[in-house]
Amino acid sequence: MKSARYRAGAGTGTALWLTGALVLCSLAALLIGPYPLGFVEAISVLTGRESTDQAETVLLAIRLPRVAASLLVGAALAAAGACYQTLFRNPLVSPDILGVSAGAGLGAVLGIFLSLPVVAVQLLGFAGGLGAVLLVGFVAAAVQTGDRTLILVLAGVVVGALAGAATSLLKVLADPYDQLPAITFWLLGSLAGVKTADLFPAAPVVAAGLVPLALLRWRINVLALGDEEARALGVEAARLRLIVIVCATLITASVVAVAGVVGWVGLVIPHIARMIVGPGFGRLLPAAALLGAGYMLAVDTLARTISGAEVPLGILTAVVGAPFFLWLLARGRRAWA
Amino acid sequence: MTIETQDLAIGYPGHEVGSGITLAAGPGAVLCLLGPNGSGKTTLFKTQLGLIPARGGRVLLEGQPLDHLSRAEIARRVAYVPQAHAPPFAWSAFEVVLMGRTARLGLFSQPGEADREAARRALARLRIDELADADYTRLSGGQRQLVLVARALAQETPVLIMDEPTASLDFGNQALVLREIAGLAADGLTVILSTHDPDHAFAVGTDVALLHDGRVRATGTPDAALTGDTLSAAYQIDVRVERLADGRTVCLPSLARHGESHRT
Repeated sequence: MKSARYRAGAGTGTALWLTGALVLCSLAALLIGPYPLGFVEAISVLTGRESTDQAETVLLAIRLPRVAASLLVGAALAAAGACYQTLFRNPLVSPDILGVSAGAGLGAVLGIFLSLPVVAVQLLGFAGGLGAVLLVGFVAAAVQTGDRTLILVLAGVVVGALAGAATSLLKVLADPYDQLPAITFWLLGSLAGVKTADLFPAAPVVAAGLVPLALLRWRINVLALGDEEARALGVEAARLRLIVIVCATLITASVVAVAGVVGWVGLVIPHIARMIVGPGFGRLLPAAALLGAGYMLAVDTLARTISGAEVPLGILTAVVGAPFFLWLLARGRRAWA
Repeated sequence: MTIETQDLAIGYPGHEVGSGITLAAGPGAVLCLLGPNGSGKTTLFKTQLGLIPARGGRVLLEGQPLDHLSRAEIARRVAYVPQAHAPPFAWSAFEVVLMGRTARLGLFSQPGEADREAARRALARLRIDELADADYTRLSGGQRQLVLVARALAQETPVLIMDEPTASLDFGNQALVLREIAGLAADGLTVILSTHDPDHAFAVGTDVALLHDGRVRATGTPDAALTGDTLSAAYQIDVRVERLADGRTVCLPSLARHGESHRT
């Protein structure tokens, strides 16, 4: 049969070379930075053999958590983006479609405004993200008529706008010398100063969100045909959609709480993944996660090395992502379908 | 498997489309649903599939009320061929057909070799194997329609509901699909389809229901139900029903306005 490319395991090869490339890039990223580290030196630190204290500190306390965080954030945002795009049957959807980033932004900005410790800011960010999507869910459930998907999206726009307004109010009220720069920086996303301890709450939540999505991958694929057809094919569409939204929201909120609002990754990376492995969700999800991790790793490495000061991630993802997206659009429908 | 509707009322909240619909089709039957645009054929199908709730009466599958069955249980009994559409993502035709196997998979399972084989068989039966790798969004409307029929075949259900399965097909493929439909019924499947062409009902229909203004206006065998009078009343044009020398029946619509031909 000619349908060889759709045999079981067709995506495994792609996943393997993506994983291999990702491991190499991560190693390279560990060596890049103001403090010069050689490959041999890095390996001896990583494997616990003799090394200087300084090399150990740079590698284990600064670069390793940061590299791990960039991988986690990129993978999570791209995976969530792939979910939302499939769920809403729209390739122009990003993970913040239901207001998760706006809600997380409001929560974290409130934390900074109240001069709370970092952990509390992260927790408030996480809670704000979940709260916003929960509110969207309630609004959508309260509106009984019309297209469910459309109402969800519109409710997301409304809740996002309200959260954005509240965030702006806090920015006006915030101390312009101390709090405002922190708020601005947070809203553009950054992994500067991320510690291993920050990753422990986020990583398990991301994993917990990804597992059901990976297990239900075939059904999520069918859901992209639309509710009615998916139901005719035997899928409990409403329940599945709820599961996907809950999982994708958990994933997004937990990384936004750590990294701040990083745009573009969740929108652009799933497109690239779709170009490589096709729209089948079973292959799309791992490919998007791996590519997202690699993209974020590259962007964050740039962010900490191109100038003496940290460049916010949101600026770089937009500068790299926006022209790329235009190029995709110029290539025509095929590229993003 | 027998599918029945008993005194069914169909429609959407605040908008009843039809009522008093009592129909039945069993193994070997090809029930053709005819009726003007907007007469409620698609709404009836969606109600029979449990996609929208009945506004009154009930749907029975082999005597079992539809609302006692889960989505997967329904999908293992009844397959649906919707009107061709364009999905947002460029799956291959093979992947679309493979989706027909969903109701036979465990919650967390992926399609296996047996499912792939069923999808290939379905494509082969409609002679569209060469479309397997084609990008579904780039197929013509007729090819998409055939892929959707193949998906329903891959679902391997005893009942098939097809919403205008011949609508966007060329002359040759219409005949191909009609012949497949007759073949499926001969294999013991129950087929319900809607069509805008009474000739198709005459060609493959064992039963006919003529739907007009949300009511079943005529039922029975094609010969009994589709007369010049019933068709003229439903479609508001003059229709002649002619029997050909080989025993087949065709309908000839008059191009004059309804009633005018009598005056001239």
